[in-house]
Amino acid sequence: MIDAIYGFAIAPFVEFTFMQRALAGALMLSISASPVGVFLMLRRMSLTGDAMSHAILPGVAVGFLLFGLDLVPMTVGGLIAGLIVAFGAGAISRLTSQREDASLAAFHLISLALGVLIVSMRGSSIDLMHVLFGSVLGLTDEAITVIAVIVVTSLVAMSTFWRALVAECLDPLFLRSVSRLGPAVHFLFLGVVVLNLVGGFLALGTLLSVGLMMLPAAAARFWTSRVETMALTAIAIAAASSISGLLLSYHAALPAGPAIVLSAGAVYVVSLAFGTTGILNSHTTKGQHRTA
Amino acid sequence: MAPEENDALVFTDLTLGYNSHPAVHHLSGRLKKGSLTAIIGANGSGKSTLMKAMIGMLRPMSGSVTRAPDQTIAYLAQQTELDRHFPARVVDLVSLGLWNTRGLLGRHRREDKARVQKAIDTVGLSGFEHRVLDTLSGGQLQRALFARVLVQDAQLILLDEPFNAIDTRTLTDLIVLIGKWHREGRTIAVVVHDHELVRAHFPQSLLLARELIAWGDTAEVLSAGNLDRASHFRETWDESAPWCDLDVAGLPDLDGQDAERHRA
Repeated sequence: MIDAIYGFAIAPFVEFTFMQRALAGALMLSISASPVGVFLMLRRMSLTGDAMSHAILPGVAVGFLLFGLDLVPMTVGGLIAGLIVAFGAGAISRLTSQREDASLAAFHLISLALGVLIVSMRGSSIDLMHVLFGSVLGLTDEAITVIAVIVVTSLVAMSTFWRALVAECLDPLFLRSVSRLGPAVHFLFLGVVVLNLVGGFLALGTLLSVGLMMLPAAAARFWTSRVETMALTAIAIAAASSISGLLLSYHAALPAGPAIVLSAGAVYVVSLAFGTTGILNSHTTKGQHRTA
Repeated sequence: MAPEENDALVFTDLTLGYNSHPAVHHLSGRLKKGSLTAIIGANGSGKSTLMKAMIGMLRPMSGSVTRAPDQTIAYLAQQTELDRHFPARVVDLVSLGLWNTRGLLGRHRREDKARVQKAIDTVGLSGFEHRVLDTLSGGQLQRALFARVLVQDAQLILLDEPFNAIDTRTLTDLIVLIGKWHREGRTIAVVVHDHELVRAHFPQSLLLARELIAWGDTAEVLSAGNLDRASHFRETWDESAPWCDLDVAGLPDLDGQDAERHRA
């Protein structure tokens, strides 16, 4: 029995370096991206991550066009493109009457089309698939290092500004009254979102990287009513999904990125149904109540 | 005008507004240290706008607001500005008030937690510490927000419509709390709609109607003549209004650019 569990769940990670790298990359991303997802969700910006993940594509594509499938130029390109779109959309919403979601929608559609165009100018459709959907099983040591740097930066930023992030979400005018950090925190947060999406792109590709960010956050919302525990729950869900996705991929020969995101999707569906504030619990207790 | 010894805030020919339309027009005056002032006026008369300028959130179109250095601020916005669905408990909300002493990074110490608990007890929310915000009634939430003001322990307390949609018992408790702050020598300004409440509890009043109608002892400010004048202001923005006739002599805060944007 123990041998069977070992063979199924442990051995693949012990025996194969590519599985170890994949696990390391996915777990690191789980720790940094899912708390970011929690704040995106609480700021009612759940789809912003999606839009921004498209926004990094043309930068990645330019890196690809100039240097081929080389990690560093693609990462730097993605970072630059993502930051331009994030700050551009934020600035437009402050300089004009257009709301941030509208300018972001415009930017990310332009970016996506531009990105696909640039990739197709040089590569085959296999290259395009690689950029769009990543290759968590093909992570190099170089990629792991880049992800580690991104994760550490993101964690330091999130924990340093945690109090301001909470205040900015909960009571923005209060934050404005006690500190000048308000607008700065918003842009810093958008920067952290881009950083995590670029990290995620290395493993899961530009399209799926947002999955490990938003799905665990959305699932955690059904289990807890405190932001700190919500962030920790989201990390745990993301980590479990990473492990389960990699094992599924290994045993059933599925593509790893989609397997990880679908695992998180399964946790979301279960949470939606059985979570403490999920459908069953908020509807089956109807009628039962304590005395006043 | 620089703040003199007894001034908490000094308004110098202050004009505030949005898109070159003034919401508060050429306001001058001094908010005295230790005063308890009701800010009154109809909807759209510029009360909240004035509060936002007091905390430095809104940049004046012209003129200035100057605050005495010892006047630390505790500001309470209208309840609708708060996201009640954010996953936080009463104790988390009240702890935000520690920002004034601990800032962004300072550790919350044991004595801080005791202070938060004491504030929660003072506003009558003992037992509610771990309640989630979106399960609170409007009155309970307002009590929690007052507890946060208590924790902030500021010299200048600015409350924007704190008595909206709360029951009489909560109202009485909050008025008692404001009276206590007044006796402690803090400077307090409160946006209030109910004139009876103002007459009963606020020695000073500031009556706005997009410009200053009257400011001083409540009995005089709330005279029939003043209230009548205040009720006849234009709430709409007049797109064809001429540019405001500026007398900028002796006002160093006004540069040419600001003067051009300035409208009557």
